[in-house]
Amino acid sequence: MSERSERTNETGSSWPRSGHPPVKDWATDFDHTDEVWAADPYPIWDELRRTCPVAHSDRYGGTWLPTRHEDVAAIAYDTDNFTSRSVVVTNYRPPNLAPRGIAPPISSDPPFHAGARRILLPLMSPQVIAKWEPSTREYCESLVADLRGRDVIDAAQEYAQHIPVRVIARMLGFPEEDADLFRGFVHHVLEEVTLPLEQRFLGMQDLFEYLRTQVKDHIDNPRDDLTTAMLNAEMNGEPVGMEHVGGTVALLLLAGIDTTWSAIGASIWHLAGHPSDRERLVAEPQLLPTAIEEFLRAYAPVTMARLVKHDMDWKGCPMKADDWILLSFPSANRDPEFFENADEVIIDRQDNRHAAFGLGIHRCAGSHLARMELRVALEVFLDAFPVFSLEDPGAVRWAGGQVRGPRTLPLRIG
Amino acid sequence: MRIRIDSERCEGHGRCYMLAPALVEPDELGNGHEIGDGSVPPDQEGNARQAEANCPERAVLIEGDA
Repeated sequence: MSERSERTNETGSSWPRSGHPPVKDWATDFDHTDEVWAADPYPIWDELRRTCPVAHSDRYGGTWLPTRHEDVAAIAYDTDNFTSRSVVVTNYRPPNLAPRGIAPPISSDPPFHAGARRILLPLMSPQVIAKWEPSTREYCESLVADLRGRDVIDAAQEYAQHIPVRVIARMLGFPEEDADLFRGFVHHVLEEVTLPLEQRFLGMQDLFEYLRTQVKDHIDNPRDDLTTAMLNAEMNGEPVGMEHVGGTVALLLLAGIDTTWSAIGASIWHLAGHPSDRERLVAEPQLLPTAIEEFLRAYAPVTMARLVKHDMDWKGCPMKADDWILLSFPSANRDPEFFENADEVIIDRQDNRHAAFGLGIHRCAGSHLARMELRVALEVFLDAFPVFSLEDPGAVRWAGGQVRGPRTLPLRIG
Repeated sequence: MRIRIDSERCEGHGRCYMLAPALVEPDELGNGHEIGDGSVPPDQEGNARQAEANCPERAVLIEGDA
């Protein structure tokens, strides 16, 4: 770990921006918002898996980090001892809005969870998502049309980031011109996790105020979209109520933006740095769905979170009620006990039981949408730009925290 | 060979019906179900094994695999 410590020290001067002191020891003082983690978390997780598979940090009021697939899966399946009341690690514990939570069903526990999920899944099924493929392709083609003829493009900012925002805005029936606003909400909820409580609260108020306006517009003007479908949804024969509608709509708006942006960007980043993989996918486009699963495994963007329900000894770890669990599906996906050659990206990997979309009852409800967007985005990009490379590997910037992916990705085209 | 989806374990990841669409189909929730009695014709055995080997929840079961 000595090389890693040096890197922490070198970046020390940039710490005031994040408000966090440098990490002293990844096994006892880890921080998922650390810039070293954001830039390259894999060596950190590899070392922890070998030496301290369930690490603990005092940060955020106490946080545990399981790094092995076996432990991540066990916690994901254990809704008796771990709650989904909040899934974003901050310095504060969320108000107890049980059974619904702030954004059902991601924030709901059994038994309420099953009913809330039953409403949502038919709206995001593979059959429904297939209908959105032509317009997604058309939009991706319009984005590459604007980039053609350029020598250098930013594939994260000028391509990947726009796709999921546009698609979900249309699905929800929200104004497409509000895309910047949506990205601002996402940034606040998922990335500005170290802000003081009052600022967290004000940001959430802005989000829910915006959603109230949109939901009211859908009450006055019902139409064929997800928001209207949620307004018509019933649980146990009763409408689900405005709080539930607003929470689920917030989830739909926020959960698919950074995540899919990250997955598209990380895939393009990999291909920019691995010309033989890029050439093979250009020559064998039928391999793309298999390659996408490998990109999802190797560069899984999303780390979930749980709260410990009560004081307990969990596999020898003295967990306390309201301790955070960083549920690292990305680290589980790199576990050599679970995957052969776990640290290698093998684009024709045949056996790939990866957990990029989670495990158990909270499997990402948008996974079919994400897969469609990822496949279409890569098909259109590779078709338009069969030859590209990293313009400046040092200029690539990765967002850390619970959604990791490239936010600046300058590519040389041709 | 037969393929069977364990509905207790299935969470609707959809890997089975992507990899073996002749053998498994999604319901309206996105959960997979074997088509008919789950019999796997010889030319589909590879797809069945792929579906099994890619289910994150280990919900795809192959029976009578010689």
